[in-house]
Amino acid sequence: MTKITVKVDGVTYVDDVEPRLLLVHYLRETLGKTGTPIGCDTSNCGACTVHLNGTSVKSCSVLAVQADGGEITTIEGLSNGEWHPLQKAFHSEHALQCGYCTPGMIMAAADLLRDNPNPTDEEIREGLEGNLCRCTGYQNIVRAVRRASGSEVKAQ
Amino acid sequence: MTSDMQAPPVTELGRARPRKEDARLVTGKTNWTDNIILPGLLHVAYVRSPFAHARISRIDVSGALQVPGVVAAFTGEDFGAEQGSLPCAWPVTPDIVIPAHPPMATEEVRYVGEAVACVVARDRYTAADAVSAVEVDYEPLPPVLDIRTALDDSSPRVHEAGNKSFEFLLQNGDLAAAFRDAPVVIERTYRQQRLIPSAMEPRAVVGWNEGDEYTLWSATQIPHVLRVMLALTTGIPEQNIRVIAPDVGGGFGSKLQVTAEEVLALLISRKVGRPVKWTESRSEGNLTVHHGRDQWQRIKLAADSDGRIRALDVDLLADMGAYLMLVTPGVPLLGAFMFNGIYKMDAYSFKCTGVFSTKMPTDAYRGAGRPEATYALERIMDELAAELGMDPLQVRERNWIKHEEFPYDTISGLTYDSGNYEAATARATQLFDYDALRAEQAKRRDSKDPVQLGIGISTYTEMCGLAPSRVLGSLSYGAGGWEHASVRMLPTGKVEVVTGSSAHGQGHETAWSQIVADKLGVPFEDVRVLHGDTQVSPKGMDTYGSRSLTVGGIAVNGACEKVITKAKRISAHLLEASEDDIEFTHGRLHVRGDPESGHTIQEIALAAFTAHALPDGVEPSLDSDATFDPENFSYPHGTHLCATEVDTETGMVTIRTYVAVDDVGKVVNPLIVDGQVHGGLAQGIAQALYEEAIYDDDGNLTTTTMADYLLPSAADLPHFTTDRTETPATTNPLGVKGVGEAGTIASTPAVVNAIVDALRPLGIRDVTMPCTPERVWRAISEAQQANGGAA
Repeated sequence: MTKITVKVDGVTYVDDVEPRLLLVHYLRETLGKTGTPIGCDTSNCGACTVHLNGTSVKSCSVLAVQADGGEITTIEGLSNGEWHPLQKAFHSEHALQCGYCTPGMIMAAADLLRDNPNPTDEEIREGLEGNLCRCTGYQNIVRAVRRASGSEVKAQ
Repeated sequence: MTSDMQAPPVTELGRARPRKEDARLVTGKTNWTDNIILPGLLHVAYVRSPFAHARISRIDVSGALQVPGVVAAFTGEDFGAEQGSLPCAWPVTPDIVIPAHPPMATEEVRYVGEAVACVVARDRYTAADAVSAVEVDYEPLPPVLDIRTALDDSSPRVHEAGNKSFEFLLQNGDLAAAFRDAPVVIERTYRQQRLIPSAMEPRAVVGWNEGDEYTLWSATQIPHVLRVMLALTTGIPEQNIRVIAPDVGGGFGSKLQVTAEEVLALLISRKVGRPVKWTESRSEGNLTVHHGRDQWQRIKLAADSDGRIRALDVDLLADMGAYLMLVTPGVPLLGAFMFNGIYKMDAYSFKCTGVFSTKMPTDAYRGAGRPEATYALERIMDELAAELGMDPLQVRERNWIKHEEFPYDTISGLTYDSGNYEAATARATQLFDYDALRAEQAKRRDSKDPVQLGIGISTYTEMCGLAPSRVLGSLSYGAGGWEHASVRMLPTGKVEVVTGSSAHGQGHETAWSQIVADKLGVPFEDVRVLHGDTQVSPKGMDTYGSRSLTVGGIAVNGACEKVITKAKRISAHLLEASEDDIEFTHGRLHVRGDPESGHTIQEIALAAFTAHALPDGVEPSLDSDATFDPENFSYPHGTHLCATEVDTETGMVTIRTYVAVDDVGKVVNPLIVDGQVHGGLAQGIAQALYEEAIYDDDGNLTTTTMADYLLPSAADLPHFTTDRTETPATTNPLGVKGVGEAGTIASTPAVVNAIVDALRPLGIRDVTMPCTPERVWRAISEAQQANGGAA
């Protein structure tokens, strides 16, 4: 067991963990932060995307011990009270159906907008390439990210 | 919106309401099955066959029991007869072969991934570790991997009874006469590749037996059907079983199943006396969630020289996989009624042979039988156009049912209630700018542009809203096709709706609230929709086959009507008026001609609750139940147009324009409808371009991960142009039609037709799906060699 200290959604935790424990299992099972789901085991789907020290990571591909000393934001800590602009935009643009990919999609989009505050549709599509959605065909996700970016949502 | 759509009245129906469900989904407050924690919860991991076909000679779980933290380990023998046989609810012919299918194999395994043992441990890591400590000895048997040779006498057998499960035949009209002397006869063979449904939420199950009571939480589309089937399979009394489908992360047919892991969760919990959880990994899921499609389609068409279809003769080989699961044999059979599509003809024959292989069983995947039929039909319509030198739109128009001919009895025995193929096609060609794209295509052909342009057309209809119970009975299906709803006005005037539909992304909480708000004149926000738990919603037939709105939504509407009827009786009594004189408008009950008099429906709800002054014979409380059994299927239709650029040097296909004009009748929520169309298009396009489940020569699935089985990302899909025409259904009071599968059904042939259209001058008339750059490039190379090596 290895002792780690991590701050998750503003709360500091100290835990003894197995060195092989994946960050996503630490979040879900040790901390009960089940807002971050798991969609695959090869880091293709991106459902488990969270922010580690300000950058998006797929938490199935990070060991809990690698997050030692780090600060993590999950979908559950993205907003304080009022929804984040991306959460609002995903709702208003109907950018989700089953919602399983949504936490990861929103966390990845937040990182994308931090790097590129006014992306084109093509840049949004390429920027979210690592996050798979099986329900929406991505069209409304692109619209939602554009709306949250502050760019006008225009009909193509 | 289109010009033939009337201006919508100010109503909840047709309003683009953002969804109620989203509040928990965008904030991470969702209740997925894998989130569930119970006191004493143990984790299950399965030992699975690495062989496609083998006899099990020995299983030794003692090594696993030595692993610290392992509580138990079981083989199929440990469950004996109590594990029963997984059900097939659709014996499509009287002599169908339905092999025994124990949830955990005991003697023989017939596909890679079949469960042979399990370990139960304190956490999922320990359970996974212990799997490798279980020893299993197998005697390999020959696999059966190609259904085209599986019926040969020399083929190894999947089951003792042989490799044929059933043969089904449907015929109408004089086929021989239609083909005799036909000026045009075209015969083609098309391949429907095997697909993996790939809902984003992997399957997860929690089983808990306490005393007589059994509770199963499962990521399922069908909690009600599952409850019945668990009782029939295990012998546990039905009244002691509760099935809960919490939030479910997509299904697409893959969670329309009674799985081994669901049955075993209850049996394992009974053995260990504690609740147990199993959540699959994606790799495990690709192996063991039922697959979709997998057919060889021979289709033969006879036509007159002006393009009029005389007859269609269809002969399918459908891969069942190793066993028949819940509706495995029924899936290709739905095609029997759909290969004629929107067209008129004199004669029709549909034959389907279900064949066993040593692969994962197939079953429902979005569209289930109708995408396969629509693909082959729309592909051969293009062949007919090419043969006659006609425009493919023209040859379709020559044959389709005219809007004034509805209701129309089709050659395959259905009655299409309504449709307007002319209107949808006119709108689609306008949005697509069809003539301009044809002109550009001609120009690129003339200039020998290495990037050729192709235009693909798909004019489809489909049968959904499953289904009239009597029709299901005539097709030997083991259940009805009705749906149930309850509407309860609470004392405070709020409304609870209980639905037998079981949403997993469809947005029923929102759409049903709109129906109730519209019907009862109550605020949208005041309606709460309950579903997905057999103790909360005891009656239901669940969600699949684009049935929720057209069957479940109509049941909700019917329950509202009964509530209004009861409210009128109470109102009449309170107003000392005749019931016939009471009108109900915008949530108020009043005497005709005096809208200021009377009560709101909320006041009547309170009066019904207090029951101080109810008329004789009226029971307290303002609520009602309704069960709707549709009189007919629902027939959405539309015209999809796809323009692809095909790089003839690299084989790369790029979708440049995709226009979908669908007619789903009246629309309750256009946001939800558009979303369903987008997602459907993505899956249909993915079949055309990207996805295929591949087994190697030993029967190993080589596409077990999302790195190998290519789901399209945002960067792989185009922007879709969507629109609607609106021809209301005449078979339900809301005029609605199904929408969940339409996009998938229509889009696959539109894309492949576009690719073939781009390459037709090279002499190419088919590219096998998925049309990867390599496949397209090889088709081009082969055509060039056949043409004497000319570039």
